[in-house]
Amino acid sequence: MNTTTIEVQTTLDSTPSPSIRETSLSSAQIIGYDHQQTVGRITVDNPKMVCRDVNVYYAKKCALKQVSLDIGTNEVISFIGPSGCGKSTFLRCLNRMNDTIPICRVTGEIKLDQDDIYDKSIDVVQLRARVGMVFQKPNPFPKSIYENVAYGPRIHGMVNGKAEMDELVHESLERAGLLKEVESRMNEPGTSLSGGQQQRLCIARAIAVNPEVILMDEPCSALDPIATAKIEELIDELRENYTIVIVTHSMQQAARVSQRTAYFHLGNLIEIGETDQIFTNPRHKLTEDYITGRFG
Amino acid sequence: MLFYLFVTVALLSLSSYYLGRKRAFAVAGSHIRNLHSLPSFYGSYTALWCGLPALIVFTVWATLQPGVIIELVVASLPPELQQLPPGRLNLVINDIKNLVSGNIVSSSPDAAILAAADHYRHLQTTGNAALWVIVIALALAGITYGWRTISPQLRARNRVEHVVNALLIASSTIAIFTTIGIVLSVLFESIRFFHKIPVSEFLFGLQWSPQTAIRADQTGSSGAFGMVPLFTGTLLISGIAMLVAVPIGLMSALYLSEYASPKFRATAKPALEVLAGIPTVVYGFFAALTVAPLIRNLGTAMGVHVASESALAAGLVMGIMIIPFVSSLSDDVINAVPQSMRDGSYALGATKSETIKRVLLPAALPGIVGSILLAVSRAIGETMIVVMAAGLSANLTANPLQAVTTVTVQIVTLLTGDQEFDSAKTLAAFALGLVLFIVTLILNIIALTVVRKYREQYE
Amino acid sequence: MNKKPQRDIKTIVNASLARRHAAERRFRWYGLIAISLGLVFVVLMFANIISQGYSAFWQTYIELPIHFDSAVIDPEGHRDPHVLENADYAALIRASLRAQFPHVEGRRNLRDLYNLVSSNAPFRLRSQVLDNPEIIGTEQSIRMLASATVDTFVKGNIDRHIDESLRSIKNQEIAWVDQLQASGQLKQRFNTILFSKGDSREPEQAGIRGALMGSFYTLVVTFLLSFPIGVATAVYLEEFAPKNRWTDLIEVNINNLAAVPSIVFGLLGLAVFINFFGLPRSAPLVGGLVLSLMTLPVIIIAGRAALTSVPPSIREAALGMGASKLQMVGHHVLPLAIPGMLTGAIIGMARALGESAPLLMIGMVAFIADVPGSFTDPATVLPVQIYLWADLPERAFVERTSAAIMVLLAFMILMNGLAIILRKRFERRW
Repeated sequence: MNTTTIEVQTTLDSTPSPSIRETSLSSAQIIGYDHQQTVGRITVDNPKMVCRDVNVYYAKKCALKQVSLDIGTNEVISFIGPSGCGKSTFLRCLNRMNDTIPICRVTGEIKLDQDDIYDKSIDVVQLRARVGMVFQKPNPFPKSIYENVAYGPRIHGMVNGKAEMDELVHESLERAGLLKEVESRMNEPGTSLSGGQQQRLCIARAIAVNPEVILMDEPCSALDPIATAKIEELIDELRENYTIVIVTHSMQQAARVSQRTAYFHLGNLIEIGETDQIFTNPRHKLTEDYITGRFG
Repeated sequence: MLFYLFVTVALLSLSSYYLGRKRAFAVAGSHIRNLHSLPSFYGSYTALWCGLPALIVFTVWATLQPGVIIELVVASLPPELQQLPPGRLNLVINDIKNLVSGNIVSSSPDAAILAAADHYRHLQTTGNAALWVIVIALALAGITYGWRTISPQLRARNRVEHVVNALLIASSTIAIFTTIGIVLSVLFESIRFFHKIPVSEFLFGLQWSPQTAIRADQTGSSGAFGMVPLFTGTLLISGIAMLVAVPIGLMSALYLSEYASPKFRATAKPALEVLAGIPTVVYGFFAALTVAPLIRNLGTAMGVHVASESALAAGLVMGIMIIPFVSSLSDDVINAVPQSMRDGSYALGATKSETIKRVLLPAALPGIVGSILLAVSRAIGETMIVVMAAGLSANLTANPLQAVTTVTVQIVTLLTGDQEFDSAKTLAAFALGLVLFIVTLILNIIALTVVRKYREQYE
Repeated sequence: MNKKPQRDIKTIVNASLARRHAAERRFRWYGLIAISLGLVFVVLMFANIISQGYSAFWQTYIELPIHFDSAVIDPEGHRDPHVLENADYAALIRASLRAQFPHVEGRRNLRDLYNLVSSNAPFRLRSQVLDNPEIIGTEQSIRMLASATVDTFVKGNIDRHIDESLRSIKNQEIAWVDQLQASGQLKQRFNTILFSKGDSREPEQAGIRGALMGSFYTLVVTFLLSFPIGVATAVYLEEFAPKNRWTDLIEVNINNLAAVPSIVFGLLGLAVFINFFGLPRSAPLVGGLVLSLMTLPVIIIAGRAALTSVPPSIREAALGMGASKLQMVGHHVLPLAIPGMLTGAIIGMARALGESAPLLMIGMVAFIADVPGSFTDPATVLPVQIYLWADLPERAFVERTSAAIMVLLAFMILMNGLAIILRKRFERRW
């Protein structure tokens, strides 16, 4: 990719608060990383998570280059981009799922509210309770539907007694829009459900812990259109209470569910902005090419 | 002698390969493209004609010859020897064989046996000579036939491939024949045993003392064949072994697959598998000469009486032997659980041990149960450790500090040393073998099915 | 939707965090303890066997001045080989020992004295005289094998401070040994007997050569039978066999045979090969037959794994060029798979080398002093020799058993090492 032909400069729509650093990275730019500057406004007024200069390395390969962006409270932000662009890698940084990969190394700064999540004082167990995650392929545990939802509250010791647990499980399933379908068969294995139901079960499992942020890694890529529609509806409802970060392959989906959209390309955050603006009036050539279907 | 014949046929076959190839070139003239198949196939075709019939005759003859010779020798024996009961007759035949091979014979041989030995030797020489002649003649005839039939139209490749295919099929049936052989050999002798001792007594009898009394007034030689004490002994020792092997093996597997760094895993896993490569006789030696005295002294120091061949010593060492078996099987099973399960649990904020205990183990349970069943089958069938470290007396006890005996120990004891083939004692060993085979077969089939079903679930 | 506010997740999780991390550490420790226990067992066993056995590689010899008295050996002076062969060479040793220890009297004490030297010493003298009759009449310093008791004592395996009745060497014998040692007549040399002789009732004369040769012949038969048949079966099942009930049956069979107790194979060998076909008992041929049936499943399973690792594209390429299926297998698939199959075969052979239970059934457990010279000679194998020696009470046999185990383990390590090298060398990633 030719990095020298960028003409669009970083522009800010509003004055940033002094605590948030600007994205003028020219000084911090690491030579040889093929880093591109981000186009669009990376900050928001009411951030839930603040990410600055995040680099991710797999062994010696740099998979993510100087990514900086804010995630607003109770907003749905979607990450789009061609496969291998680093969007899922970035997502997994947000609840330190990358820790489970031994060769993976993360630098930079990611804050959840005021806490630097890569700080030594932060317990990853607590972090993941606060930042839930839903995966590409539904992965219900080989347990009953009830136990799947009860798993999180149980390990974190969130409820006392069966009655409270029953209530929490029902409420979570209700919020995931699954309760009606499974109410009569709570003790059947989670794997007996259909793909879409399984994914909603996984969402119920995630919200049972009452996290602050929910990460969704292509949650609909393994589902049929009807199931996908249900999940999208659900995401819209969940926005009231949760901050949601969704990685998706489908531009239509990003357009339907998210308020802001970030476009990743070869490990770079190319452009970020209001979803409407990104899809109707992309500023960066690469974003435009991707959105108009030149590659993908 | 017969080995040289074998080599000769092999050499003939090899040379006929070149003959056949040369012939193919010759019949093709200058146009090798005229040949139906490549010249090497004509070579193989001739080699097969040379070697195959000769080797078949050779094998059949060589296996039948000893039996036929004995029949003939017995027929030539004086009638009073022929009338002997089968057991005694066997001894006579053994004497003759020993004379022939030039070994020392127990008693000074009488004239009839000496004559029979001469007869035996004569028959053997004639038989071998005839075999040489017939096999070589067949091989040469094969070469001639093959050589003569070679023509450009001969579909040599197809013929050779048919034969090779038949050979491949024949090899693959050997596994079946082995199983049939096992079943038949233990079944026939067991049926003969059950003619002497009723099945119910064998299966449910509480007394095992296979020494049949020679004199009526002998005590302790009741000739009781109740296998319950053997089976409980086997279960006791296997149980101790599993108590050692399952926790250690399973925890090792979990640690290696979930916690250990790749570097640690790369060294610790093969080191642990060294235990699997050590021959069982070494474990037996270790159990009998090191562990058993150690436990006994420990017991004495604590004021407990421990038998010098306690079930505990044999069980402990057998457990050590089975550790790598359990750990490598469980390792496979645990690794078959998809990573997405772990991710799902970690993403909810579970710690590693919570993930292992609440997600991995339940998910891997069928596979782990299958591997444990395989390990149990291994423990039940294990022979050398118990032969060397467990006792011979058939105690019906659950006390691990006492001596017990096992099914395999009794099979070995009954079948080694001097034996007559028809006594209930010897036949009992085959009946025990039958029980052992059936029990391990059932365990294996259940375990293999469970493990296979488990694997399919995650594929 | 979420009307009643739930408690803050942060504080909830924090409440139990310490307990959960403690549980985590505990669990981790259990794993570490389990794996160290396993490794400790490995080390303990090796240490135990090596510490008991390393001394067996040295052997004590007594050097005595022997007067080859012609009056004893050849009174008539004709040097008739028959006379030389039947002479009383033990008398020469007795005379020498009496001369060395003139104060010993009484039949019982003298017998103790004579027992310092191994019972095979007269045979050594005889063969020396037969080789070179010139030495008759001269006095030579001859090195003779010490008896096992002396050997064990010299190696420090008998405590001289315990009560005389509790040890197998008497006070006076200790005195003699001390005297011999002081005069430099007691020497330790590398134990060649261990590697050059067959079994013996006398520990100092017993060696493992017979067992090693028995193992060798047995393994040759095992390899010659199981490798070709195993490869053929693997090739058939993987490349040619149609998927039907029959091949399913064969597969189930093979998997099950791999788990049948080895002693059952021994019963099969006894009933079929010895009683039905009348093959000789105790012969490496029968042992090899039994072991090849046992090894077959191992080789077949390894062979199939090697074949499946050859990518289908190579098969398609060969077939696309117009090769017949057999040519495809013979020219392309098999050469690529053969290293993997050999690795499996070597591991199977190593297992067969260590196997003893089925061989007990077919009479390879007899006491055999001669080194076998063919496939049908009565023989035993190394693990069975270990089993036989382990049963014998003498301390000197314990030492030899451990030494035999060390030799056996060395062979196992060698074979497994070979398999690993082969795998590393020919490993191919597609």
